[in-house]
Amino acid sequence: MGKIYDKIRNLDRRVVFLFIALAVIIPLLYAVRFPEFPTPMAKGVFDHIERMPEGSRVLISFDYDPASEPELEPMAIAWMRHCSIKKFKIYIMALWPLGQNMAQGAIKRVILKDFPNYKYGIDYVNIGYKSGGQGVINVILTDFEKLYPVDVTNRPLKSFPLFKEANSLKSMDLIINISAGTPGLKEWIQFGSDPAGTPIIGGSTAVQAPQLYPYHPKQILGLLGGLKAAAEYEKLLGDKYPQYSDVKLNKGRMRMGAQAIAHIVIMAFIIIGNLTFFIDRARGAKKG
Amino acid sequence: MKRTIPLAITFIVGVVLIVSKFIPHMPFGTLGEDFSVYFDIIATFAFILGGGNLLKVHADTIYRQRSGWGYSAICLIGFFITMVIGLLKFGAVNGRIVVGWPGDWKGDIADPAIWFSSIYEYVFKPLAATMFALLAFYVASASYRAFRAKNVEATVLLVASFIILLGRTFIGKAVSFWVPINRPGPDIPRLAEWVMDYPTRAGQRAIMIGIALGIVATSLKIILGIDRTYLGVEEEK
Repeated sequence: MGKIYDKIRNLDRRVVFLFIALAVIIPLLYAVRFPEFPTPMAKGVFDHIERMPEGSRVLISFDYDPASEPELEPMAIAWMRHCSIKKFKIYIMALWPLGQNMAQGAIKRVILKDFPNYKYGIDYVNIGYKSGGQGVINVILTDFEKLYPVDVTNRPLKSFPLFKEANSLKSMDLIINISAGTPGLKEWIQFGSDPAGTPIIGGSTAVQAPQLYPYHPKQILGLLGGLKAAAEYEKLLGDKYPQYSDVKLNKGRMRMGAQAIAHIVIMAFIIIGNLTFFIDRARGAKKG
Repeated sequence: MKRTIPLAITFIVGVVLIVSKFIPHMPFGTLGEDFSVYFDIIATFAFILGGGNLLKVHADTIYRQRSGWGYSAICLIGFFITMVIGLLKFGAVNGRIVVGWPGDWKGDIADPAIWFSSIYEYVFKPLAATMFALLAFYVASASYRAFRAKNVEATVLLVASFIILLGRTFIGKAVSFWVPINRPGPDIPRLAEWVMDYPTRAGQRAIMIGIALGIVATSLKIILGIDRTYLGVEEEK
């Protein structure tokens, strides 16, 4: 008994790693899924987009890279789908170098696949990445062309009807920012949304979300924090638009099974750690 | 002179940017925007500096054969291969190797015909995702070792972490037996929301206001030339 206790007490961290690996791999392989119950925050974001009229101008900034793609891509896809269903004019850009690739992936998976009638330059445009973080936001606040003479295909912005209609952040109806750090939602609020008076909603990694909560509800309309919020949004979208209700189309909901099991495993280890801690303390007190 | 000119530039730019926030009219309004454009141009050069620094550090490690120099060699090989393929737009079209695809040197680097996009898709993307995924293992291991109810503060932290861990998954809803599963009510997910909405938000706001005040103080010291550490000079006593 004592030997087993000692083994648990001095648990090799490789055992923890093994359990976490199994907790993630098995639910993904066996498609373990749980129902989602959207929170008021996710509902608020969904309802706001739902209320916007057809043809509204929405700027989506992809400020993340492959490292956080598994967590942030589901919400990016859900937002792109929602904006396309609502026939919004979509302006796409990135403040992260690899955000441009993330954006192109989302365009391929949503617009090119499901919305073939969406015309480049008329209904959506991708102006890509520019370095400078908040400096970029500061400039496009009044004029996109000052910093973006051309889009990702090297065509002048002037040649697109979208930029004849609106050429600054001030003329957008909504900013959507999906970010995994800096520059990200904080910079978009401080240098973009607030000075332009344009409403903003954001998506971030779960780790980052607590730092962004203070901006809600006055400076951001809503925040989707991590995979859980993305799964809730997918559920709302699927309920309203049945063509997207199939779980297989919603990566957030597919991945939540693994996340739930991993959380249980982490909690189990924390409980074990605390049990050994209290047993040791009790033994020490007896000896003392 | 070496110090005076940078100090003068910092002072002028700092003052103009502050004034432009309060007087958004000519000339300050446009000057503030122009400085942002200059900043964006300078930020682009940071990539060259970054590349140069990477070369210097790893070339030095290889030259001196410090421990792990093999990794530095792999890093530099990867750097050069990616850079050359990306800049020269090497690719394959209909089984024929092409350079400068598509059309000219300014072509789209995400074009699937260019090998650069393959490097991104099949090398960089899985590696970056793997590195980030490793965090889950370290978080679990660290939680097991560090999350101990040693005192009141640690216990509060532990309880809050359990509420969030449960509340951020379906499990939280499932174990909240006192609320019917399909009905809203004071269940664990709601409790998790409360933790995020009130204690977390209040604490974060306090931290953010503190940081903002600190930034204001530091910025003023830099603009007024009191803090010169950014020039590589120790703060004057």
